[in-house]
Amino acid sequence: MSDQLPAFIIIAPLLGAFLTPVIGWRYRHLCRPWALMILAVPLYAAGGALLQVIESGPFGYNLGGWAPPWGIEYRIDHLSGLMLVLIAAIGLLAAISAKPGITMDIRGKEANFYTLLLLQITGLLGIVITGDLFNIFVFLEISSLSGYGLIAHGEDGAPMATFNYIIIGTIGASFYLLGVGYLYMATGSLNIADLATILPNLYHSKVILVGFAFFTTGVAIKMGLFPLHTWMPDAYTTAPNPVSALIAPLMTKVAAYLMIRIMFTLFQPDFAISVVPVATILGWMSVVAIIVGGIKALAQTDIKRMVTYIMIAEVGYIVMGISVMNRPGLTGAILHIVNDACMIFCLFLIIGAISYKGHGREIYHFQNLNKKMPWTMAAFVITALSMCGIPPACGFFSKWYLILGTIAAKQWVFAITLLASSLINAILFFRIIEKAYLAPLDSGAHSHDHDHEEEIIARDEAPASLLIPILITTAIIIILGPFSGKIIDLVIQHAVPATF
Amino acid sequence: MLEYILAKYNFWIYVILMMIGLYAMMGKRNLVKKLIGMNIFQTSIILFFVSIGVKAGDATVPILKGDGHGHGEHLIQVADYLNPLPHVLMLTAIVVSIATTGVALATLILIYKRYNTLEEDEIMAIRKDASSYKTQR
Repeated sequence: MSDQLPAFIIIAPLLGAFLTPVIGWRYRHLCRPWALMILAVPLYAAGGALLQVIESGPFGYNLGGWAPPWGIEYRIDHLSGLMLVLIAAIGLLAAISAKPGITMDIRGKEANFYTLLLLQITGLLGIVITGDLFNIFVFLEISSLSGYGLIAHGEDGAPMATFNYIIIGTIGASFYLLGVGYLYMATGSLNIADLATILPNLYHSKVILVGFAFFTTGVAIKMGLFPLHTWMPDAYTTAPNPVSALIAPLMTKVAAYLMIRIMFTLFQPDFAISVVPVATILGWMSVVAIIVGGIKALAQTDIKRMVTYIMIAEVGYIVMGISVMNRPGLTGAILHIVNDACMIFCLFLIIGAISYKGHGREIYHFQNLNKKMPWTMAAFVITALSMCGIPPACGFFSKWYLILGTIAAKQWVFAITLLASSLINAILFFRIIEKAYLAPLDSGAHSHDHDHEEEIIARDEAPASLLIPILITTAIIIILGPFSGKIIDLVIQHAVPATF
Repeated sequence: MLEYILAKYNFWIYVILMMIGLYAMMGKRNLVKKLIGMNIFQTSIILFFVSIGVKAGDATVPILKGDGHGHGEHLIQVADYLNPLPHVLMLTAIVVSIATTGVALATLILIYKRYNTLEEDEIMAIRKDASSYKTQR
C-alpha cells in the first residue's frame, strides 16, 4: 500500500473530479465535504512521500509497471516533494475557504467549482510529480484548462480576460510542446533522467538550442515573467475571489518549479551559462520585472489588482534567484517559491474576506477596517510585514538568501533592485495599513474616546470558514520564518545541484 | 536554394503555418479569427511532430508481419518501420487542442451574450464607457 502512495497523489483528485458532478447533480451541499475528503488524500500521500525522500533519498514510481525510459515514471526528489506538499496544502485550504466566496460570486455552481478545483489541483500536482516531459505538457494543459473555466466565472471583465489568457496560455503550452518535440527529435527520449544523461554530448547541436529556447519562452509565459505577463493582472483581478486565491499563488510557482527543473535537472546548470547566456538574459529581465511590477503596483488603487502586480515582481525575485546560478541564490529562489505562495494565498484570502463583508477593494474603503475586522486586519499586517521582509516572518529569510546570492555573483544592480523592491513593498502596504489603523473616523467628534468608538463601529468579522484558513496561513507565514533553516537543511540543500 | 527548401519542405510548411497562426492571434481584432489562428498554430505543431516520425527509404507503418504464432517472416529491422511514438503523442495533443477550442468557444458565447459583439475594439469601447459611467456616479 505505502509503495503505491505516489499514484494516489494523482489518482485521488482526478477520479474525485469526475465524481463531483455526479454527486452535485442531486446533492449540491455534499460537493464541499466530498472535495475536502478527496483533497486530504494527496496531502497525506505527499507528506508521506516527502518524509520518505528526507529519510532515504529520491525515489521513482513506474506507472503501470513500465520501466522508466519507455514508460511514464513518477519521480519524487526533494524539490518535487516540497512542491507536492505545498500544492496539496494550499489546495485543501483554498477548498475550505471557498464556501463564502462561492455563495457571493458563483452561487448555485458548487459542482462546477469543486470539479474544476480538483482538476486544477490534479494538473498542478501532476506537473510536479511526473518525470516525463510530454506528461508534463498534458498536466500543464489540464491545470490551464480548468483555470480558464474557473476564471471565466468571475465579474464583469472576466470572459474577455479569460479569452486573452486562453490565447496567450495556449501559445505558452504550444512552445513548451515544441521544445519537447525538438529534444525528442535529437535524442529519441522523453524521460527527464534519461535525457539528462544523453543531452550533454549534444549541447552544441542547434536543435537542442532551439528546443531550450522554446522551453524557456513557454515556461516564462506560463509564469508571467515581465514582458510576457500581460494576461495576468486582468485574469486574476476579474476571477472570483476563491479562484484567485487558488490559482494565483500556485500556477506561477509551479511554472517557476518547471523552469528550475529544466535548467538544473534536464540540462546541466553549466548549459545556461556557457553555451547560451540565458542566465544573464533572465537576470536582467527579472530586474525589469521587479521594477515595473513595483511601479505598476504603486499606480493601482484596487488592492486586488495591486497584488497581481506585486506577483509580477515576486516572479522576478524567483527568476533572479535562478539566474545568479549559485547555491545561496537558488536556495533563496526555492525558499521564495514556498514563502511567496503562502503570502500571496493569504493576501487573496484576506481580499476575499473583505469583499464578502461588502467592503470595496479600493484603498479608501479600508478606512477603520481594523475595528470592523480586527482578526483579518491583524493577519493582513503580518502578511504585509512578511512581504516587506521584516525578520520574524518568512519573507525576510528568502530575500536574505536571494541578496546573498546576488552578492556572491557580484551582481550589484540585482542586489540594489531587491532592496529597492522591499522599500516599494513597504510603501505599498503601509499606505493601506495607515488607512485601516490610523485614519481618523468619519464621524470624527468622539474619535479620541476609545469606549465610544467601539459603539460607533460594530465588529463585523469574516465567517469562520474564511477566517480560520486566513489565521492558519498567517501562522504558517510566521512559523516558516524561524524554521526556514531547518527546511533548507532537510530539503532545499539537496535540491540544489551538487556542482554549486 | 530551391533544393534546400524542398529537401526539408515539411519543416517549411510547419513554420509557415505557425507564422500564419501567430499573426492571426496577434494581429486580428476579431475574436473568432484569433481562435482560428490558435487552431492553425496548434495544427502546425501536430504536423511537425507527425513529420519527425518519418524515416528515409521504404519504412512503412509498424504492423509486424508474421503467422500469428510469434514466428515472424523475418527479423524485425527498426529501419523498416516508421517511429509511431510522435503520432501517438499527437493523439493526446489533438485532444488537448479540441478541449482548448471548446473552452474558448464557450468563453466567446459568454462574451457575445454580455457585449453583443465579437470585435475586440467594440468590446473595449463598451467597457470603457461602462467604467467612465461608474466613476462619474
